[in-house]
Amino acid sequence: MKVKSLADLKKIKAEVQGKIKLREQGENADKIVQIKVAMATCGIASGAKEIMSYMIDELDFRGVDAIVSQTGCMGYCYAEPTIEVIVPGQSPVVYGFVNKEKAKEIIEKHIVKGELVDGIIPVTFKTIDE
Amino acid sequence: MQELSLHILDIIQNSVRANATKIELTVTENPKSDQYLIVINDNGCGVDKETLELLCDPFYTTRTTRKVGMGISLFKHSAEQTGGTVDITSEKGKGTCLSASFSFNHIDRPAMGDIAGTMTLLIASYPQIHFIYNHHTPLSDFEFDTNEVKAELEGVPINNAKIIKFLKELINDNLEMIGANLK
Repeated sequence: MKVKSLADLKKIKAEVQGKIKLREQGENADKIVQIKVAMATCGIASGAKEIMSYMIDELDFRGVDAIVSQTGCMGYCYAEPTIEVIVPGQSPVVYGFVNKEKAKEIIEKHIVKGELVDGIIPVTFKTIDE
Repeated sequence: MQELSLHILDIIQNSVRANATKIELTVTENPKSDQYLIVINDNGCGVDKETLELLCDPFYTTRTTRKVGMGISLFKHSAEQTGGTVDITSEKGKGTCLSASFSFNHIDRPAMGDIAGTMTLLIASYPQIHFIYNHHTPLSDFEFDTNEVKAELEGVPINNAKIIKFLKELINDNLEMIGANLK
């Protein structure tokens, strides 16, 4: 088995560098979608890690320019895993009970086509204490 | 949580929330002396003595979105099930060190699982943080340092999806080579 080392990074670096230059020259630089995966104890225990990995791989596979990152608990522990999708120029949307199928649907419909998908947690939602 | 790597992902979020700029994870496998050690060290804001005593309390949290904070207590419970324990030391302004000891051979010790995934998701989310991951087995040692990766990348973002995928494979390959016990 050939074990990967940092020396192997050079090839991938060159490939990525070329793509970044293309992106900077393009018109879409300010149109990057942001996805935040709630990754606190509640999220992790419900499978948020797998969803985040899936989102990164799937968006890269489809060539969608997006930043996938983690956030803390948004207070929707009952609905984990939850993700927040921020499309530039639109209000942020939080989806609950996101499994792989739902994540795929969100990428296909919401992020690529701009259509909202079932499973949105309304912004008017309040916890018992509020 | 089924895997130790999930606990580690969870505990490191505490370091991130403490504004750490450097987070070091060290895993030491020692089957002969029946020990499996996990140490997480950060240079975050640290806590005072009174707060330190509350950290293992599942009803203590600094979050305002909910009233429980179960990350550390779940991890501690998991360690104690194998006869091990979790120790935390902290100094305000300097950082916090959490060390968990597990019995290596105990039937209740959860598997480490996808630690490469844990590290790379953290790097993807917090590219500005300096992560160090050391894994020691009786066979050999593996050392991973994001500063070394960044030096090699010369300005190409470390959180690019292709780089992250490569780093995950690199960690997995090396862990396999040193005979890390992940399952």
